[in-house]
Amino acid sequence: MANETATFRVWRGDREGGKFVDYSTGVSPGMVVLDAIHQIQADQANDLAVRWNCKAGKCGSCSAEVNGVPKLMCMTRLNELQLDKPVTIEPMRSFPPVKDLVTDVSWNFAVKQQIKPFKPRAPDAPDGTWRMTQPDVDRVQEFRKCIECFLCQDVCHVLRDHRLHQEFIGPRYLVHVAALEMHPLDVEDRVPDLRREHGIGYCNITKCCTNVCPEHITITDNAIIPLKERVVDEFFDPLGRLVKIFSRKKEAP
Amino acid sequence: MAEYQTFEHDVLVVGAGGAGLRAAIAASAAGAKVGLVCKSLLGKAHTVMAEGGVAAALGNVDDRDNWRVHFADTMRGGQYVNNWRMAELHAREAPDRVRELEAWGALFDRTGDGRILQRNFGGHKYPRLAHVGDRTGLEMIRTLQDYGVHQGIDVHMECTVVQLFTSGGRIAGALGYDRERGRFRLFRSKAIVLGTGGIGRAYAITSNSWEYTGDGHALAYHAGAALQDMEFVQFHPTGMIWPPSVRGILVTEGVRGEGGVLRNRDGKRFMFDDIPENYRNQTADNEEEGWRYTQGDKSARRPPELLTRDHVARSILREVREGRGSPHGGVFLDISWIKRKLPNAAEHIIRKLPSMYHQFKQLADIDITTTPMEVGPTTHYIMGGVRVDGDTQSSTVPGLYAAGECAAGLHGANRLGGNSLSDLLVFGKRAGEHAAAFAREQGGASVDSGEVEEAVRAALEPFDRGEAADGRGPYQVQQELQTTMQDLVGIVRTEAEMARALEEIGRLEEQARRVGVSGNREYNPGWHTALDLSNLLTVSEAVTRAAIERKESRGGHFREDYPEKDPAWGKVNVVIRKGPDGAMQLAREPIRPLPPELQAVIEEQK
Repeated sequence: MANETATFRVWRGDREGGKFVDYSTGVSPGMVVLDAIHQIQADQANDLAVRWNCKAGKCGSCSAEVNGVPKLMCMTRLNELQLDKPVTIEPMRSFPPVKDLVTDVSWNFAVKQQIKPFKPRAPDAPDGTWRMTQPDVDRVQEFRKCIECFLCQDVCHVLRDHRLHQEFIGPRYLVHVAALEMHPLDVEDRVPDLRREHGIGYCNITKCCTNVCPEHITITDNAIIPLKERVVDEFFDPLGRLVKIFSRKKEAP
Repeated sequence: MAEYQTFEHDVLVVGAGGAGLRAAIAASAAGAKVGLVCKSLLGKAHTVMAEGGVAAALGNVDDRDNWRVHFADTMRGGQYVNNWRMAELHAREAPDRVRELEAWGALFDRTGDGRILQRNFGGHKYPRLAHVGDRTGLEMIRTLQDYGVHQGIDVHMECTVVQLFTSGGRIAGALGYDRERGRFRLFRSKAIVLGTGGIGRAYAITSNSWEYTGDGHALAYHAGAALQDMEFVQFHPTGMIWPPSVRGILVTEGVRGEGGVLRNRDGKRFMFDDIPENYRNQTADNEEEGWRYTQGDKSARRPPELLTRDHVARSILREVREGRGSPHGGVFLDISWIKRKLPNAAEHIIRKLPSMYHQFKQLADIDITTTPMEVGPTTHYIMGGVRVDGDTQSSTVPGLYAAGECAAGLHGANRLGGNSLSDLLVFGKRAGEHAAAFAREQGGASVDSGEVEEAVRAALEPFDRGEAADGRGPYQVQQELQTTMQDLVGIVRTEAEMARALEEIGRLEEQARRVGVSGNREYNPGWHTALDLSNLLTVSEAVTRAAIERKESRGGHFREDYPEKDPAWGKVNVVIRKGPDGAMQLAREPIRPLPPELQAVIEEQK
């Protein structure tokens, strides 16, 4: 791959629309897609808009669609791609375009604001601290690996194709709710919200979100399905409902 | 007339990493109306990159630990030019700040009895770093973010502040632009807290993101505040070096904390070759003892790989310069060797260092459970920054506060790993509280609209000039500056090289004034880079001038022409102010003597 060039077909445009523009730039061993974009930006298109920060897969800023697949550009090696034809790079399609590769992701922040925040039980020890074992926290730590790149939101057909942003919070925030609901200390109840405001019923567990997660969070199996089970237990299980009426206690995490 | 939207806040916090978020939360809790400006999206700031952990003497793993040990470790690591009041407050308050995070939902790794687990780290006598695998920064910023968004704080995302305004010698407001539309925002604010992080983008090889352009340092300096200790830049010993595109990306010290060792091309653990005198008592003298230390043996002393970062970085450089480096100009960091000691070593490594495993696998095709990593120093942190009062974090400009990396003092000449995350919690909170109190007591000040007009005009100048015919745009000037600082004001410094750097910076300043950009104001990175250049040039000049001034070697500042530590220099900080003529003025300011009770702590911990 040394001293070669490759063509990158980059979507250039804004809210009104845009088109793909081809850029040819040098490629070298170890390069990632974001490096190519940076080179193009420095040498050929100073105003090419792209978000990025850490360049190490930790901040979740440089999400885009590379050859149609939602990816972090900083973690997508060029040697994973076929360079004998143009590499297509376009913005996430679940969100309104702002400019070039930058999209308006503000909806995500607004959704998070609506989710009931963490509410801990009373401390376990007189010094105001809690006791939790590692196995207690392992499950939730998986969810807390999320870097909020929104690739799962991008690929989710409920948002991408059906545009149900007002009725469904998307996989990222179901993971967030799961992290709160399964947090060993949390005593809030978000199950009624899951069913109604959060629209969990829209998810038909196709696992597209799990497949694109750069942190390899098993979104569908570990977060969404257990939450769906809680909703079923709470609202559609007559026997369980009777028990709940009499016990009036939140299920232990 | 310039167009801008005006916002009113009691306290404006610039920067939304750990320090900024913590300050905003504290100011809001104190009843202030708070605005929080972040250069990127919320939750993406550099804190997210912190890996190893947050230092706090909780004493959960080793009950011999307490604030006195942490204080003494911090002072020793900083080579005693620290602001001792900050070091004291930091050591005393860090445990509460960490426990508070747990109350806000953070989930740290656990000890066997269910408390917060702590790990070993360079320069810390006992296991002290509360952590979440190797993604502690993410856990912290997400916890602060998720808690903060419910505290009634106005968040201005993707907004960059370009100038601060003063009135009658005190702070009055700030001007910023939003990235999305390129529109200007005037923030009238009774008090301002800077939490803007560092200056890493002044160097070619760095672990820092594009945001780290010394904004807070430069904003404060131009508003009349003093900077201090700018010569002390930390080069983290272990950055990735291969392939070229990942050069500089951080490899956590946690690798060494978990038993990783440094070897040269001959397979020798060279860190045993040179152990500084003031650490000899605390350092293992054989490999076996070092291993036992990493596995929690309280009778063992720490391996030399866990000496302070300045020393480890220089030792690596020595190996490379003397021809014993790895193929791509670094050394080997090996964690895979622990399979000789532990059953299920591969699993253990992946559990303890998941993002390192992932990072090398994905970016370098290396499986760290079987193969040594190639690493070398990378620009990581600046100990210097805005000169602040130890208790309040107030700068020398009334109403202007600074916390976290952009403030100076806590770390002295060299920061210990893990102390940055505790720094931003402890002093973010303090800065936010004191800023809120200032706002309450002092009220607001007016911003001169002529100054605002002028600032807007200056910010738009690059568009008037348009793209240069020779193709030299903001990126090219930035790259030249980075190369200059890397080559001439790096890990090992000399007077002659730094004098050349100053000339070069002067030349680049000229060019930066002429840089033009194309396109429009909407999300235009060329324009943003052009505006950031002026901050980068200001801090580069400050670093270089301070480094020329300090004629000794101490911590992160190593002079080949003055290779020894000089006790006389241990009594002063180098302070920089903007002179009446606009030129940088340097002064040596005496460090207040340690009070006897803190001196006694240092003696007892020797």
